[in-house]
Order: sequence, then C-alpha cells, then structure tokens
Amino acid sequence: MQKFFNLQLAFGLEWWKFLAIALVLYALIGGLLIDVPALPILHETIRNLYYHVTQWFGMMIILFVSLWHSIRYLSNFKMHHDFVAAEAANVGIYMGILGIVTGSVWAKFTWGAWWVSDAKLNGAAITLLIYFAYLILRNSMDEEQKRARVAAVYNIFAFTMLIIFLMVLPRLTDSLHPGNGGNPGFGGYDLDNTMKLIFYPAVIGWTLLGVWLLQVCLRIRTLNHKMLIKQFK
Amino acid sequence: MWKKSLAFIAFCSLLLNSLLSFGQDSSSKVEMAEAMRSNGKIYVVVAVIAIIFIGLVIFLITIDRKVKKLEKQMDETK
Repeated sequence: MQKFFNLQLAFGLEWWKFLAIALVLYALIGGLLIDVPALPILHETIRNLYYHVTQWFGMMIILFVSLWHSIRYLSNFKMHHDFVAAEAANVGIYMGILGIVTGSVWAKFTWGAWWVSDAKLNGAAITLLIYFAYLILRNSMDEEQKRARVAAVYNIFAFTMLIIFLMVLPRLTDSLHPGNGGNPGFGGYDLDNTMKLIFYPAVIGWTLLGVWLLQVCLRIRTLNHKMLIKQFK
Repeated sequence: MWKKSLAFIAFCSLLLNSLLSFGQDSSSKVEMAEAMRSNGKIYVVVAVIAIIFIGLVIFLITIDRKVKKLEKQMDETK
C-alpha cells in the first residue's frame, strides 16, 4: 500500500501529485466553461460549488486524517503520527479559512451581506475557533510527548465538535445553505448531473492538493526533528 | 348540473392560467454570462486562471524537490 502511493511518475514526484494537478485543472477549466443550470439569485455564481464547497470537503477529509493519526498516536505513541496530525490540522485549517473567506464573498453577492447569522456560517466560525485553539494548545507546551498526548486528545474533541457544528446543527434549524433545515444532500443542485461531473473530481483534486501540501510540510517538520536530534548527539 | 359545468370551467381556466403563467416563468430568462461566452472572451479568463494555477504548482514542485535534496543530504551525513 505504502509502495503504491510512493510510486514515482516523473520529476521524482509521486503519481497522485500529477492526478491532483490534472483534476484541479479540470475543475478550473471545465468548471468555468461547462453549462450550468440557470437559477435566479445564483446566476453564474453557482460555479462556486466547484471552488468554495470543495474547500470545505477537502478540509473535512484532511481534518479526518488528522483525527486518524491522533488516534494512532494514542495507541502506539510514535512521534510520526503526532507530526502528521499537526500538519494535517495546519493544512485543514488553512483550507477552512479559504472556505470561510470565499463563502463570505459569495454571500455578499447572493444573500446581500458579508456575514449573515446562519446556523452553518456560525457553526463554521466556531469550528475554526476550536481548531485555532488546537494550534495554540500545541504551541503552549514544550515537552514533546506531553504535547503530543494532550493535542491528540483535544483533536478528538475538536473533530467531534466539527461534525456537530457543520453536519448536525445546521440540519436541525433553518439555514440559507442548500441541503439544510431537514433535508440532506445538495437539494436543487442534486438534479443536475453535469455539475456532479465536475464537482466530485474537483473534491478529489483539491483534497489531493491539500495532501501534497501536507506531505511537504510534514517532510520539513521531520527534517527539523532529525536535525535537532543530530545536534544533541 | 350547471353548477357542475361552471365548476369545470372554473377549474379549466385555473389550469390554463397556471399553465400560461408557467410558460411565462420559463420564458423570462435568468441572466447568465452570455455576453462573455458569445464573444469568446471567457476563454481569456480561463486561460489566465489556468496559467496562475500552473505557476503555483511549478513553485510547489520546486519546493518539493528542494526538500527531497535536503532529505538526501540528511541521510548521507549520518
């Protein structure tokens, strides 16, 4: 499995990095050119589905990777898992910030304000604050093992809160976002199959791009760690 | 009897009315970026976005390769 993902295609780069480039390019070019349903209020901004919504999907997948490695750390206490969890949280939070900023711009031109008091918007803001607290918590501790353990436990709490604030609470109340206020799924978009044709590859592409950033950050962190060990030898 | 037929006519006119108004709804078009597409200039925007993305990716690739070089150096000086 590990060997499969490490398979290099060209320029010393793994195959999935090329897949990431291809899928995001497909989403950028296809997403702007392919016909979309003409809906009032939304007009052409419906294409934001390929860029704004995919950031959130990517964020959730990458933060799940972070959670997964936190749990792995708590079961075998290998530093590697703590490093992955930390860098995945970094990249996930970054994508979340991009998601919230792009969402704000989209809201201004469709709902009429940069920020509206909507269950999903406030939930997203709270989720990001919880994850900011994760980063602060990590940086507040010097002792490596202790930091890794406390951060891993907190990460489990943070991801649970993410599910509650982004997936559960918006569905219990009314939300301006489609697919909330009772009914899951994309609601109006769901009817259109050409949009799905771009949307799902776009999610995979943006997520893989996030994984690429995560991998580079992780390698730099590992190098730093190795250098630190060398200095003490 | 005439009551029934009157009700039928009223029903028919309602149906017709709703059909007509439905037709109006679908004929009043939602505004899309047709001007950009009809004179082909949307492709310019798409090209610019694609170039910027490719540029950023090339930057990311060079960083990736630099990190790889450092990793190799680290393994050699053990």
